Amino acid sequence: MANLKELAKRGNLLSGGHRACVGCGAVIIARQVLAATETPVVCSISTGCLEVVSTLYPFNAWQVPFIHNAFENSAATISGVEACYRAFKKRGKLDRDIKFIGWGGDGGTYDIGIQALSGAVERGHNFVYICYDNQAYMNTGIQRSSATPLGADTTTSPAGSVIPGKSQNRKDLTEIMIAHDIPYAAQTSPGHWNDLVTKVRKALNTDGPAFLNILSPCQLGWRHDPADTIEIARVAVETCFWPLYEVEKGRYKINKKPKTKIPVTAFLEMQGRFRHLMRPENKRVIQDLQAHVDSKWELLLKKAG
Amino acid sequence: MKKGWRELETGSIDFAGRALQYETGDWRTYRPLWSKKKCTQCFLCWIYCPDSAVIAEDGEIKGIDLKYCKGCGICAKECPPKASAIEMKLESEFRK
Amino acid sequence: MPKNIKFTVVARTGNEAMAEAMRQINPDVVAAYPITPATEVVQLFASFVADGLVETEFVPAESEHSAISACVGAAAAGGRVMTSTSSQGLALMHEILYIASALRLPIVICEVNRALSGPINIHCDHSDTMGSRDAGWIQIFSENAQEAYDSIIQAVRISELAKLPSLVTTDGFIISHEMQRLEMLPDKEVQDFLGEYTPEFSLLDVDKPILMGTFDLQDYFFEHKRAQSEAMSVTPEYMEQVSREFAKRYGREYGMVEAYMADDAEIVTVVMGSAAGTTRAVVNELREEGIKAGTIKIRVFRPFPREWIVRLLKGRKAIGVMDRADSLAGFGGPVFTEVRSALYEEKTKPPTADYIYGLGGRDLSMEEIRGIYEELQEIQKDGKAGNLVNYVGVRE
Repeated sequence: MANLKELAKRGNLLSGGHRACVGCGAVIIARQVLAATETPVVCSISTGCLEVVSTLYPFNAWQVPFIHNAFENSAATISGVEACYRAFKKRGKLDRDIKFIGWGGDGGTYDIGIQALSGAVERGHNFVYICYDNQAYMNTGIQRSSATPLGADTTTSPAGSVIPGKSQNRKDLTEIMIAHDIPYAAQTSPGHWNDLVTKVRKALNTDGPAFLNILSPCQLGWRHDPADTIEIARVAVETCFWPLYEVEKGRYKINKKPKTKIPVTAFLEMQGRFRHLMRPENKRVIQDLQAHVDSKWELLLKKAG
Repeated sequence: MKKGWRELETGSIDFAGRALQYETGDWRTYRPLWSKKKCTQCFLCWIYCPDSAVIAEDGEIKGIDLKYCKGCGICAKECPPKASAIEMKLESEFRK
Repeated sequence: MPKNIKFTVVARTGNEAMAEAMRQINPDVVAAYPITPATEVVQLFASFVADGLVETEFVPAESEHSAISACVGAAAAGGRVMTSTSSQGLALMHEILYIASALRLPIVICEVNRALSGPINIHCDHSDTMGSRDAGWIQIFSENAQEAYDSIIQAVRISELAKLPSLVTTDGFIISHEMQRLEMLPDKEVQDFLGEYTPEFSLLDVDKPILMGTFDLQDYFFEHKRAQSEAMSVTPEYMEQVSREFAKRYGREYGMVEAYMADDAEIVTVVMGSAAGTTRAVVNELREEGIKAGTIKIRVFRPFPREWIVRLLKGRKAIGVMDRADSLAGFGGPVFTEVRSALYEEKTKPPTADYIYGLGGRDLSMEEIRGIYEELQEIQKDGKAGNLVNYVGVRE
């Protein structure tokens, strides 16, 4: 069980002064992840919200070494850094214990970045990949990604009079990563800081590639009160929309089973991007989404035994 | 004065923590008021603040850094009901 | 005169020569993806790794885009980094090439020139390297395996001094797959010549955390780019410095531009890559017939050797630029446009015509080169070029 006072001693490895929106989930995740680190870390980050708000020249907000290369290659970039680290260690040029984290949003991870991520984990590099999933291409103005849930209103899957938002369910990237047979993969949420910190530490201490998928509420794209960011992340878990689970060497474990599984509408009601679904003519979409959440939850329960 | 091209670092490089030069405090519409008396030092505000604006020093929460606080209200919302040590007030009240 | 260096004379193809150079350089990281006709470079290097002949961390990337991205990461971490590619692979790396240069990372690519699709063609032309000419990379066109081997070794030093990445090229299949005579340096000499790489910045320097790859708004981008342009402009100084040192140690000297029979030449061609050798053979024949022909080989295309070109070409009676790439109605191929532009300031502008040849590996014969010189003789007589852009060797 991590101790917040202990974590606070790590300091603010993402400093104030960054340009994130008021109440942004991504920077909360960044602060929590970096607070969890116990060794020096070197990070790569893909183009996206988190990168753009923190790397504006000359206002770098990161207190740890970072590299921003391009949009789709955070995993490939960090695999190169890690390869050089191994080369240096082998040659006796470096003696420190340094860990590597590749960052990307759902855009740079589920979609354009999936190839680089797949390649990097397949090669077995020793690094952690963190996807902060805000469920759309937020930085370019809220366009749909494969991580966008069914029915969500985005600018490229708008809630129109004929089509009520995104027509597909979201891609399950966590399962795709698990299928790569990596030693550690997990889902977590900033609303459960202890779960997040524990998993980050487990991932960093894993020998080989580890993947963390972290739900990142976005007040602008999801349309909610900035003060509700953490609450929404919690409700996502309580509705089983975003289960907290981990897979260690193929063994599934659900970290939080809600005492009473509440309907997904509790999550949807808190956000403007689903408001159109509350209309009677769109009832079907909520039913489909609930069915999807339920079937995935059932499957997860079965896998976790 | 912004640097000319000859004064820049080699390549597209920046150093750690330069963002502190940019004070996002003037983004606020609401300001959090923290009560030292009511605070139970649970540190939840510290772990949930997006802007590293909760001051934690020597194992204690000391207050809010108004230079960077954007007034999102997460700290007030997440502060445990038993403590209720943070209250959000309109920023304009303080800038009369 | 070179010291007591024991060279080894071996038979190697262009690809093998590149792989040998890479082996002797023993970089920290090689992240690569195979593509014809560069494949063998990567394969040979992989076997060196498997046999423990190098200490390099070999990263078999899943695409060229990831290969160059990993190279950027490794170089940013302070490593000596190399890779090899061609054509579509170089094109897939395109956006990252600009970034690598902007981050001032001394990555060296052993590039084997092959035509860019479409149609898909695996043979030689210069469209791939030309397609990246504005990415901020040093571009060296090697005529043969020896030049490629020597240039790659020098490029590692030059890149580290100039803090700019390099592309060292050979002509696909023509040189990459042709068995040639190669004089190799002893392994230790290469290491000695290169020395240790001490980067100005490194991500692994965790006590001095930096950010590489900033986000610039309108207020800083221009300054960053201007600084990068300056770095490219002063690179020739480093190239000459390294070339002189290489010559002093090993007896082989290369220039930005190399002239052949140029002193009193009236009609001159400008050529890059393997066709330079064939052209010199034609020049020899013409000279025997009493024709004052010469040829200039551009070895370094980026940074563009404007001063050298002007010095060697001014006052000529006719110039034929030979381009192994077309810019499709961009008023001739890239070498033509840049050479012509360089000569524009001269009071007497030598009449200059473009001869686009060899696209997609189309062979260039001595007869065809002779044909170019015959046209140059006509241009000399007329005092001006007729057709400014010509295609040599294509069926009408």
